[in-house]
Amino acid sequence: MKTSARRIKTFNIGGIHPPDHKLTAHLPIQRLGLPETAVVLLHQHLGAPAIPMVSKGDTVKVGQLIARADGFVSANIHAPVSGKVIKVEAVTDVTGYVQPAIHIAVEGDDWKDDIDRSDTLVTDCSLEPKAIVDKVFEAGIVGLGGACFPTHVKLTPPPGKPIDCVIINAVECEPYLTTDHRLLLEKGEEIVVGTSLLMKATGATKGYIGIEVNKMDAIQSLQTLCKHHEGVQVVPLKMKYPQGGEKQLIDAITGRRVPSGKFPYDVGTVVVNASTTFAIYEAVQKNKPLIERVLTVTGETVEKLGNYRVRIGSPLNLLVEAAGGVSEHTAKLVAGGPMMGKALSSVETPVTKGTGGLLMLSEQVAVRKPSRSCIRCGKCITACPMGLEPYLFMNLAEHEAWEKLEKALIMDCIECGCCTYSCPSNRPLLDYLRLGKTTVGRLRKTRQPA
Amino acid sequence: MTSTLTAIVILGAIGVTLAIILYLVSKRFAVDEDPRIDEMEQRLPGANCGGCGYPGCRNFAEACVRDDLNRLFCPVGGNDTMKAVAVVLGKEPVQTAPKLAVLLCNGACDKRPKTNRYDGAPSCGIEALTYAGDTACSYGCLCQGDCVDACTFGALHMDPTTGLPVVDERRCTACGACVNTCPRGLFELRRQGEDGKRVYVACRNKDKGATARKACTVACISCSKCQQVCPSEAITIAENLAYIHDMACTACGTCVSVCPTGTIRSTFTLEPAQV
Repeated sequence: MKTSARRIKTFNIGGIHPPDHKLTAHLPIQRLGLPETAVVLLHQHLGAPAIPMVSKGDTVKVGQLIARADGFVSANIHAPVSGKVIKVEAVTDVTGYVQPAIHIAVEGDDWKDDIDRSDTLVTDCSLEPKAIVDKVFEAGIVGLGGACFPTHVKLTPPPGKPIDCVIINAVECEPYLTTDHRLLLEKGEEIVVGTSLLMKATGATKGYIGIEVNKMDAIQSLQTLCKHHEGVQVVPLKMKYPQGGEKQLIDAITGRRVPSGKFPYDVGTVVVNASTTFAIYEAVQKNKPLIERVLTVTGETVEKLGNYRVRIGSPLNLLVEAAGGVSEHTAKLVAGGPMMGKALSSVETPVTKGTGGLLMLSEQVAVRKPSRSCIRCGKCITACPMGLEPYLFMNLAEHEAWEKLEKALIMDCIECGCCTYSCPSNRPLLDYLRLGKTTVGRLRKTRQPA
Repeated sequence: MTSTLTAIVILGAIGVTLAIILYLVSKRFAVDEDPRIDEMEQRLPGANCGGCGYPGCRNFAEACVRDDLNRLFCPVGGNDTMKAVAVVLGKEPVQTAPKLAVLLCNGACDKRPKTNRYDGAPSCGIEALTYAGDTACSYGCLCQGDCVDACTFGALHMDPTTGLPVVDERRCTACGACVNTCPRGLFELRRQGEDGKRVYVACRNKDKGATARKACTVACISCSKCQQVCPSEAITIAENLAYIHDMACTACGTCVSVCPTGTIRSTFTLEPAQV
C-alpha cells in the first residue's frame, strides 16, 4: 500500500482522551539487581494455575522449568533466578488473596546453558510454523499488556479460521506507562523480527505495528527498520484510550469489526503486544523463556522515575526502593496503569508476568469523589468503546437483574473504565459492571451441563 | 329517541353475546386446581422470601401438594406452619429444629486493624471482587452491609461501634437470604438450641495461626484446645479452622472458657462452677 496523506487512523466507537503523563518516556531501560528471595506465583496467567515441578531443597538454574502448564489454556513458569527452593507455599498476591507460589533463595546468577544471553540480532529462522508456536508455549509466554492470556492459544486458531494479518499492539494508550515505548526504541529490530516470526507462525501475509502518535521517535525508527522486512508496516494512530484494546485496535488498523461474543481470529487477525513480541523473539531465537519484564516506575510523587528490567518474582518493594521510597504525598500505589491497574494493599507482593508498572498517585488524583445521582447525560454511552450502555448496566446490577444484564450484552464490556472516567456524577459504574459481569459469568457456567 | 334506543339494544346484544362466549370459554378451558393450594397459601406467611427454595409462597404450596413433605420446609413459619400445612394435606407433620442466622466473624474495628483504605462502591460484592479487603484478614466481614439490604425481615442491622452486622433473634426467620448474599460466606444457619443456648466459632479465617492472629486478635488460630476439652466430640478442625457441629454440641460452654483468643462465642454467660 502506498503511504497516502490520509487521515491518521483510530477506532470508531467511543473512547476518551486522558492526559498521557508519559514522564518516563526519555529514560532508558535499566537493569535492576536481583532480590534476596524470589516468590514466583503459580497463577500468573489466565486459565488453570501451573503445576509445581520442584520441591523444597531443590537447586534451580535461571530459565529452568519449575512449573508446567495445566492444560491448553495455561502457561509454563520458569525459574527467574538461580538458587535453592525454600518452600512451595501460598502468599498474598496483588489483590490480597492468597495464591500458591514457589519461593527461591537467590544464590549467584547461574543460567541454563542453552540460553543465548548475547545481544546479537538473529534474523533468520528455519523453524516450521508449528515449531514456533511450540517454542512460545515452552517459554511460558503470556500477553504482557496486562491480561496475561497465554500467547500460544492465540497463535492456534481453530481450524477453518485463516489468519491474514498480525497486529502488534505498541499503542500503550494507558497513561504513565512507557515500557512498550522504550522497548520499541531500544529493541526495535528484535520486535520487527518477532513480528515476522508471528507472521510465519500464523501464516499471515501482513504485519501491522500500531503506534500512537505521541511516540513519534518510535514510529520513525521502526519505519526505517521495517524497510528490510517484507509485509511489516508501521501504522501511526491517533491518541485515544482504549486503543490498545484488542477489538479497538483491529477496528483502527483494518476497519474490521469483531462481532459480539466472537474473537479476533473470527475476522482473520491476531493481536500481540509489543513487549510480548520481544519475548517471543527471545524465546524463539535466543531460547530464553519469559523470566523478566520491563516495568515503569512513575507518578507525580515519585522521586526517581525510571524504566526497569526486573526478574519476575522480585518483590515490588525492590521497585519502591528504586523509586526512592514512598513519599508522604503518595495516597495510592497502583500495579499497572491508572486506568486498568490494580491498587495495591501491600508492597510485599511479587512482580508477575502481567505487572506493567508501579504508579504512585497523590491524594488529589487518587481519592474517589462522592457519587451522586445519574443525570442521564449519556456521557458514559458516548465514551463506551464497545457501544454499550453503562448507566443502564449499573442500574440493572444494583437491582440484581442478571438476565436483563446478559441480554444487554454486559459480557462485551472490556472493563476499560471510560464510563467511570467520563461520568460527571462520579458514579462507580465500572465497579457495578464488574459485579454484573462476574455474576452473569457464574450464571452461564451453572447453565452449562457439566 | 329511536337512535338512543337502537344504541342500547345493539350494545346490550353485544354484551349478552360476549358474556355467553366468555362463560362457555371459561367452562371449556377451566384449569383444575387443587383447592388445597389456596387453602394452604392462606396459612403460609406470605412473605415470598424464597427461603424455602421456591420463588414464592404459592409455588411452595403447589410443591407441598405435589411432592414429599419431608423434603420441604418453610423456614419463616417454622414448625407451626408446617403443622398447619400437614393438617390441610392430611399428612404427618414434619418437625425440624428451629434455626437462626449466625455471623461467623468477630473482627470488630478494634480487633482487626485496617491496613489500607477502600473507597470504591459501597457493596461487599464489589469489594470482594476487587481485592481482599481493608484489613489483613481476607476471610472476614467487609462491613458494607449487603446482608442488611438482602434481609427482607429487617432482622439485620450494622452495629456502628463494631462495624459488623447484628442478627436480631426475634426477627430472623432463617430464610437464608444473608447466607446467599455474603460474598465471604460468613453467615450460617445454626440450630437455635435449647433455651436459645448456642456455641459457635465466630471466625472463618483459614490462614495459619500466626498470620491469622496478626490480622485479627480474635481470629481462630487452630490451637485445638477446644477440640481437646470438648466432652461430646462436637468440634473438628480443618484448614486451620475449628468448627462446632451444632447437632452434637450440648452447649456446655467448656470450649468457650479455654479458647485463648476468645473466638468461640456463646449466647449465654457461663456459670462460675463451670469455669
